[in-house]
Amino acid sequence: MARIIQDKCSQPAFKQARFGNSTRKRGKFRIFSPLVGGLNLRRAGGFFFRIAVLLFAANVAIAADDKPAAKKDSKRATLPVQVAKIDASMQASWEDNKIKPSPVEDEVKWCRRLFLDLIGRIPSYDEFADFAKDKSPDKKLNLVNRLLNDDRYTEEYANHWSSVWTNILIGRNGGMENRSLTNREGMQKYLRDSFAQNKPYNEMVVELVTATGTTKPGTEGFNGATNFLAMKVNEENGTQATAAVSRIFLGLQVQCTQCHNHPFNQWKQQKFWEFNAFFRQSRALRRYVSGSVNRDIDHAEIVNEDFAGEGRRPEQAEIYYQLRNGLTKVAYPAFVDGTEIGKSGYVSQVNRRNELGKLMMESPFLDKSIVNRMWAHFLGYGFTKPIDDLGPHNPTTQPELFDELSSDFRAASYDLKQLIVWITMSKPYQLSSKITKDNASDEPSLGESPKFSHFYTRQMNAEQLFQSLAVATQANRKGNLEEQQKKREDWMRQFVVAFGTDEGDETTTFNGSIPQSLMLFNGDLIREAISTESGSWLHAMTQNKGTIADKVQYLYIAGLGRRARQEEVNVAQQLLAARKNDVGGMLQDMWWAILNSNEFIFNH
Amino acid sequence: MWSRFAPPVGMDRRHFLSHMAGASALLGSSMSLGHSLRVHADTLKKNHKSCILLWMGGGPSSMDIWDLKPGTDNGGPFKAISTTGDMQICEHMPLMAKQMHHMSIVRSMSTREADHNRGRYYMHTGYVPDANVDYPSYGSVMAHELASQRPELQIPPFVSIGGASEGPGFLGMSWAPLGVSSNGRIRNLEMKLENDRLTQRRIALELIENSFIAQNRGAVLEDHRKVQGKTFDLMTSTQMKAFDVEKEPEEAKERYGKNNFGQGCLLARRLVEAGVPFAEVDLGGWDNHQGIFRTLENDRLPVLDKAMSALVEDLSQRGLLEDTCIVWMGEFARTPRINADAGRDHWAKAWSVVVGGGKFKGGKAVGATSEDGTEVVGEPYSSEDLMASVCHALGISLETTFTSRNGRPMKIANSGKVIKDLFG
Repeated sequence: MARIIQDKCSQPAFKQARFGNSTRKRGKFRIFSPLVGGLNLRRAGGFFFRIAVLLFAANVAIAADDKPAAKKDSKRATLPVQVAKIDASMQASWEDNKIKPSPVEDEVKWCRRLFLDLIGRIPSYDEFADFAKDKSPDKKLNLVNRLLNDDRYTEEYANHWSSVWTNILIGRNGGMENRSLTNREGMQKYLRDSFAQNKPYNEMVVELVTATGTTKPGTEGFNGATNFLAMKVNEENGTQATAAVSRIFLGLQVQCTQCHNHPFNQWKQQKFWEFNAFFRQSRALRRYVSGSVNRDIDHAEIVNEDFAGEGRRPEQAEIYYQLRNGLTKVAYPAFVDGTEIGKSGYVSQVNRRNELGKLMMESPFLDKSIVNRMWAHFLGYGFTKPIDDLGPHNPTTQPELFDELSSDFRAASYDLKQLIVWITMSKPYQLSSKITKDNASDEPSLGESPKFSHFYTRQMNAEQLFQSLAVATQANRKGNLEEQQKKREDWMRQFVVAFGTDEGDETTTFNGSIPQSLMLFNGDLIREAISTESGSWLHAMTQNKGTIADKVQYLYIAGLGRRARQEEVNVAQQLLAARKNDVGGMLQDMWWAILNSNEFIFNH
Repeated sequence: MWSRFAPPVGMDRRHFLSHMAGASALLGSSMSLGHSLRVHADTLKKNHKSCILLWMGGGPSSMDIWDLKPGTDNGGPFKAISTTGDMQICEHMPLMAKQMHHMSIVRSMSTREADHNRGRYYMHTGYVPDANVDYPSYGSVMAHELASQRPELQIPPFVSIGGASEGPGFLGMSWAPLGVSSNGRIRNLEMKLENDRLTQRRIALELIENSFIAQNRGAVLEDHRKVQGKTFDLMTSTQMKAFDVEKEPEEAKERYGKNNFGQGCLLARRLVEAGVPFAEVDLGGWDNHQGIFRTLENDRLPVLDKAMSALVEDLSQRGLLEDTCIVWMGEFARTPRINADAGRDHWAKAWSVVVGGGKFKGGKAVGATSEDGTEVVGEPYSSEDLMASVCHALGISLETTFTSRNGRPMKIANSGKVIKDLFG
């Protein structure tokens, strides 16, 4: 019943929007132009016209996408061949599985999705409007390219991928531990710089695996890449480094084979220790705060040192490990495919990590693991589950496509931006998150392999929430980039729960549970976002001209990328009465409701 | 039109408003609190079952605590002492030794998962990790089964104290643990908002929420609404007094131990008294690859001994133990062989857990390990068997079947078999 009412209510609103120009001439709506600091809404034309454009364009786009638009415009940019490869493979899989894909998503929703996945935040009001206004048939590709290549977005692009990769490489808690050797800022700086210059992925991997130098920015010999391994090479003979490097960059789960042959995994205990042998020249040396009585750690330095081997024969530097029956065996460095390197422990003769870096560059697992990771980043699930287990025991979805994209990525010189274009322009990324009766069976959370026949709704992570609020209410935020970053790190810590094991396992409470709900209801960040104090975003809005309805519409577009429905505007009117005509109070209540809604917190 | 700003369904308006007045309403006086809880406990005794899981993160060396091998190569330096039950335990657990008539040890656990993440998941769910199905953990399962016994409960039925526990799996986020720190404080609980305003905001919120759910964009959206409903309940409930562990007398705080685990166990007792079906208390620091005996003797065991014994003693004195199961376990135990760093590494093949309360018979040691501690002698028991036994001890039928969202039926406790010796 409620739904029917809403649909009826939204009809007239849509018509007004669609014919926004004439409505404006009738003078029924006053023009609302919130020229407040930081909002950048300085162009003429007014608020309402833009909403009209926005919705109008979106609706046209939905209709147009069902037809082969390319035929109409011969000047359309050509898409990389990989897009067609993906689409063909998906189409075949949908037919095989007797399901039909959902329709293509509303363009404005797609725009929100792209911003969240690609630069880690929702679009601003202006960015929504610019996209809706764009009449080019290549508007989607143009937007992808703009976010990837326009100088305006370089910093945000680099920051976003830096935070994604910081979590992959050192976890959410990395650098926060007592007497940590990891410098979180150092890790982030290295990654920011790498993504800002679009460093080829393989180069980045080599740098991370072979890094020497200090962990802390500003110290002599600083190399931020060292932070990946700083806490992983010293303890337990570098077994953490062994497990992390193989899992993250090669998609091989070896941690269990440290102690025994794995029952399902082809990896054997021998392989684990052969791989481990590559890390045995490496040490993270502690550098103390000068004059500190308690020997507080200032930073660490990763060095390669000659390794004498456990048999004290540096020219044949072997290591020993124990089988479960107590027998001792010997291992020398050898790569996962069995390739051996020189056995010498002298760094001048064999630099074991450098050799490992070279061998990794030849491995097809390097290509597959990153393609899988990026695919899952944009589409919610990878070709395998979990994404960092590519072992032969683990089934693969659409293996031919997966192999082809992986070798294509190698052929494209590991250019991550190209890979992003392939994925974000492919059909599955365009699909609506609305589930239809023809694809309801495609539900990977229930254990089915993903068919990508509709976009999988998923929650924003904490970083995306923080950055999205920063954009939507930027007038409320103070401080430069560094202070912002610091503030975000502090805020993020509340969600980290460590398991207290040697391996630094952790989880997050930003997972849709009650603590997250409480944070969004009552937390400081939300209180700041809905502040109506002088100088705040909402305060500026109350001071500006425009009808109540205009202001409410503005909130809905800024937060949800859509207009408020009539019923929602009615509630705003009632809230205004409840607030005794305090516009700021009403806007605060509405903005709180928007930020707490599923439509806001989910990427859909 | 104003009628639309009535309190949400399921919450009576006066009740709601009385708790909207600010933080003071959530605190109340300690006198009335203690009294009401005692009265409450009497009514609970009849049919309200609860479970407290003492989770030992990192993998505790059970052969240094519950299954000693003094005088053997692997035995380590600790001596065994007699207890009030029919078994001996470690000399550094003297307080527990006086409570062992309430508790039983299963000395013949044998599992295969010796990696922290896999072991934690397996021991919490009864299933090995499976990329395709996400199984619910102990707390979610027990809460799901027991919550219907107490419709008046407004606190989430699964509270995790001082740790993360494991998630609700296919039961959905509304069965996820509420994580709290051991002092009972819950972040962001306070609204700082005047009386009706939250209710009004909630109406604006539900307009968006419900119409978006109606668009059929996935089951996670429905879970989001349910979790929000529980959050509103929690923010406005007088039952939240149960979390106010600070109100406990100084004597009790001392007895449990003034550390996170001690206060966490005290909080768990308060929650059970308030009717919460499942509380998990986390004590980490058992991953003792190096210098294990010093760490156990000076640090971990005294903390464990105080808190666990105080908990068992309190529950039994208050008549709650017959309806409350206590389970002590970690993800695995540690190698019988002592390594070169005077530590022990991961070992899942033969180890011990401890249970008590509910229908469990106390004072028994079930099963045994070989003289060197490496093997189980006799019948080995699995995580599934332990979970089935805990269900049985709580009166939860082992015929209970869950239907995951795709309609696949799954038997509770992964069809584990009850460890009969624990019951007679």
